[in-house]
Amino acid sequence: MTPVYLDNNATTRVFPEVVDAMLPYFTEQFGNASSIHAFGAEVGGALRKARKSLQALIGAEFDHEIIFTSGGTESNNTAIRSALQVMQGRNEIITSMVEHPAILSLCDWLEKHEGVVVHRIPVDKQGRLDIDAYRAALSEKVALVSFMWANNETGTVFPVDGLAELAHEVGALFHTDAVQAVGKLPIDLKTTDIDMLSLSSHKFHGPKGLGALYLRKGTRFRPLLRGGHQERGRRAGTENAPAIIGLGVAAEMALGSMAEDTARMIALRDKLEKGLLETVGHCFVTGDPLDRLPNTSTIAFEYIEGEAILLKLNQAGIAASSGSACTSGSLEPSHVLRAMDIPFTAAHGAIRFSLSSETTEADIDRVLEVVPGIIASLRQMSPFWSEEGAQPGGFTPAYA
Amino acid sequence: MWEYSDKVKEYFFNPRNAGALADANAVGEVGSLSCGDALKLMLKVNPETNIIEDAKFQTFGCGSAIASSSALTELIIGKSIDEARKLTNQDIADFLDGLPPEKMHCSVMGQEALTAAVAAYTGETLEDDDHEEGALICKCFGVDAGMIERAIRTNKLTTLEMVTFYTKAGGGCNSCREPLEELLADTNKAMVAEGLIAADEAYVFGAAPKPVKKKATGFVIPDLKPAPAAAPAAPAPVQIAMPAPAPAPAPAPVAVAEAPTKYSPAKEAIVVSKIIEEMRPVFNADGGDVELVDMEGSLVLVHLSGACSGCQLASHTLGGLQKKITEALGRMVRVMPVAKT
Repeated sequence: MTPVYLDNNATTRVFPEVVDAMLPYFTEQFGNASSIHAFGAEVGGALRKARKSLQALIGAEFDHEIIFTSGGTESNNTAIRSALQVMQGRNEIITSMVEHPAILSLCDWLEKHEGVVVHRIPVDKQGRLDIDAYRAALSEKVALVSFMWANNETGTVFPVDGLAELAHEVGALFHTDAVQAVGKLPIDLKTTDIDMLSLSSHKFHGPKGLGALYLRKGTRFRPLLRGGHQERGRRAGTENAPAIIGLGVAAEMALGSMAEDTARMIALRDKLEKGLLETVGHCFVTGDPLDRLPNTSTIAFEYIEGEAILLKLNQAGIAASSGSACTSGSLEPSHVLRAMDIPFTAAHGAIRFSLSSETTEADIDRVLEVVPGIIASLRQMSPFWSEEGAQPGGFTPAYA
Repeated sequence: MWEYSDKVKEYFFNPRNAGALADANAVGEVGSLSCGDALKLMLKVNPETNIIEDAKFQTFGCGSAIASSSALTELIIGKSIDEARKLTNQDIADFLDGLPPEKMHCSVMGQEALTAAVAAYTGETLEDDDHEEGALICKCFGVDAGMIERAIRTNKLTTLEMVTFYTKAGGGCNSCREPLEELLADTNKAMVAEGLIAADEAYVFGAAPKPVKKKATGFVIPDLKPAPAAAPAAPAPVQIAMPAPAPAPAPAPVAVAEAPTKYSPAKEAIVVSKIIEEMRPVFNADGGDVELVDMEGSLVLVHLSGACSGCQLASHTLGGLQKKITEALGRMVRVMPVAKT
């Protein structure tokens, strides 16, 4: 049985075309792009081409607005630390409660140890940002606003363009963590107010260990890593040439087929959701139904726990993921689902299915065939589920 | 993905005794929705013999919670109530060939459900217990934030070394050093605010190590008077108990570059045995014991027994002991575990 991979928000398969393009840069054209000789020059040309490809994917006005980094996390750390350094006299950050840990954990640190005031804007039950709370937090003390473009757990899309305009009204910089959006949504940065954007190559079929920070021309900046003159002195360290070249090819492929990929993924995702909601019962789709990534579906199955579902799915050859406490090593369920006020009984049983352009109808059919049985078997073991199966049983633990 | 033993997988995918038990006469329900696990244990106990004739479970939880529940039922069917009382969470974990440290709470939940069910059968009342202890800080030894904070408060710990000594946290790979430092600093800060310790004793996050204070003259035997046992705020954790009547970690005077020998051999032996007595609760807490066997030159020979013998952690704990003795005697000593003769 072919395994079904529905965890593409975690990482994607590197396209064979991407690997083919990368391979010569390990053993044949292995030069350092900074070198003056022919070995270096060849690599330099390939890097310029890759930069242009990424520029096209995100609609940047200039190719030098792209700084290659080691990934989304480094891009996020760079953007936030840079903004605080160039906005002396302002020591507040606005972000949301549902950001990735690559933002939240750094903000926690800055708040605790570096005297930065952090505003974490809440979301509603669909995961949509509370715009009024955002407006209220804006002031001339704010150095940086950082909102994710699309949520990794629910796929909910924030209206970053409008949010950026509001930030500029008070003179704050605007950064967006677009790791889940780039390659899946059409992006045209030159028409927006966005100052900085983080992206990661392995979320759209490129290699791991590579990302980029978009830095709008004219935006003041301080590097995180100092050293050599690479990336115009904005990110020192020898370029990861094979990975950058792979990212370029992945960017071209994503841009080339985005419209058809999107349409196909939406159709498959909707089929998956409709099928599960009809056959399983006591489950619901989380996130904003109107403004979501085309590939992401998080379904909360009530009265059972996510890790148990994932283990059984894995046994059936299906890879998915969960925001449940038990898979992450903490005791708390996903901070995203809690921010959305999803009840604990359901938040613990939330399963994320994330599709890619490679997902087939057969994959979805397999999920629809397997999941109802898994859910039923676990619910039979659950003390919150009564024998009749229709209603949750009355269960009162000795302590809670 | 977690590294589950084959037995955990087997008991998760093919659980024994899952479902409701219609003619149960003792039921224990424990768990917490917020932490994502809950267990209803149903027993059928023969009132004549007090033998558990049947047991079934219903569990809301992850793979290891379901496996632990199922293992629990297998362990107690056919046992008497008195035998069942003796079951520990470690028995459940052992039955499953071990659980990952983050998952040990699943076995604790099983043991608690059994306690609740037995109490329901015998009519005893059960004290509320909250087994949530906060985030797991030290993954090597499975020590959580709640346990560390209690140890810091009870024993007025102000250095990372002492935290490691009392809780083991940070004594393995040391990758939890940053959260450990933060926890110590935060707890000390709160203790200063509550007047429990002086502000200059408190550990400050990120501060450079304090210079070692050179002793002016002579040598002072550490004040070994045990501090009054501070009542722990919450019941002792089930997994690793803290040393309850813990001695105050009197700041051991440090002798640097002074006369190598300060005491007669007999006096040294007294100092060393006092230090070992002082540290004994730490060994006892892990179910083991330590005693002084002999002193020969720079060697301090001790005998480890119980859980401490053969334990990989012993060398770590002995390192702490060695440091204390070295500081107290003002000369280098090596603590070596030996078999009792």
